[in-house]
Amino acid sequence: MPGMTAVARSSSVVVEIGGLPIRLRCESPEFLHQIEERYAGYVGSSNDAGFDFEIELAPPGAVSQDEDVRVTWDSGRWLMKRGDFRAEWNPSTLRGRIQQTINPYSLDSVLRIVHTLLLAREGGFLLHASSAIRNGRAFLFSGVSGAGKTTMARLAPADAALLTDEISYVTRRNGGYTAVGTPFYGELARAGENLQAPIEALYLLAKGPKNKIEPIVGAGAVRGLLGNILFFARDPEFVKLVFDSAFDFVRHIPVRRLTFVPDTSVWELIV
Amino acid sequence: MNNSRYVARSTAIAARALGDETMVMSATNSTLFTLDEVASVIWDAADGVTPLDQIVANKICSQYDIAPEVAMKDAEALVENLAGHGILLLSDQPLARSNGSRKEG
Repeated sequence: MPGMTAVARSSSVVVEIGGLPIRLRCESPEFLHQIEERYAGYVGSSNDAGFDFEIELAPPGAVSQDEDVRVTWDSGRWLMKRGDFRAEWNPSTLRGRIQQTINPYSLDSVLRIVHTLLLAREGGFLLHASSAIRNGRAFLFSGVSGAGKTTMARLAPADAALLTDEISYVTRRNGGYTAVGTPFYGELARAGENLQAPIEALYLLAKGPKNKIEPIVGAGAVRGLLGNILFFARDPEFVKLVFDSAFDFVRHIPVRRLTFVPDTSVWELIV
Repeated sequence: MNNSRYVARSTAIAARALGDETMVMSATNSTLFTLDEVASVIWDAADGVTPLDQIVANKICSQYDIAPEVAMKDAEALVENLAGHGILLLSDQPLARSNGSRKEG
């Protein structure tokens, strides 16, 4: 089990994903309760949250839903903004604040961004991919919307532990790469299991008339991976870190094309 | 005449060679470019101080079986395209030497 303990206090909740505990403070008990429900399985009893965010709730209608996400580095802080939230985070003090309406999905976006920033320093990244553990190894299924990420998750056999159907959490640990469960979900609307395992392979998904697996090497593997990594920050240093991580990843982890028909038979190939 | 144009790699990019190709990612919009072998030669030589026509003559025409005027035309189209995406700087004057060094993949 990854260290995903967390604590709910009267004015804060600690959400721990990928071993990174983030304390979320808010004066609204109602919103804290929403957070506890949204991140069930990732909220625990840790008193040692390394990161601290103060959430200020704005009244409904105080935000625009149309604005795209922007993440920029300014005067020692990451600034994050979208129509439904404004946030900043100082990596030196490990503190930040979020202004948003009472909507856990805005917070979800901020957490995804913060984790991409934190992971980049460690050689990891978030990937548009479903992932599952089978026989002690993690398998990632990546692709654009409609490629079959959630389908692969739905078709997973009983002996597979689902880590996510939407956003896979990839960390660089012990000389290799590990996939970690996340509460970030897609159409399945269910948090992944709070587990972790070494990554066995990355599959780039394609639907076809029959199941088959083909190796992808070199530039094709890097292209396939980079095309699915979450890049929020338009910052040269950040982009270079993630870019280098992608090259390192394909040196260590097999990348394959998985063409599949959407039935359970595809999982016979995933062993 | 375009033989006094200078090209330099932007610093707002990440780039790596992989075999004969070079992969370049824009740091401003995460767009990924894959440069083929010949384009990679120009990319490597884009130091901001060597004129483009000299790069074409010394690095392309000397190594590949291609007519100089065709090579120059193709090089012009390439650098203008890359400059349009902000990953290469293009100028009629020498540019400051690029900070980035090519990382071997």
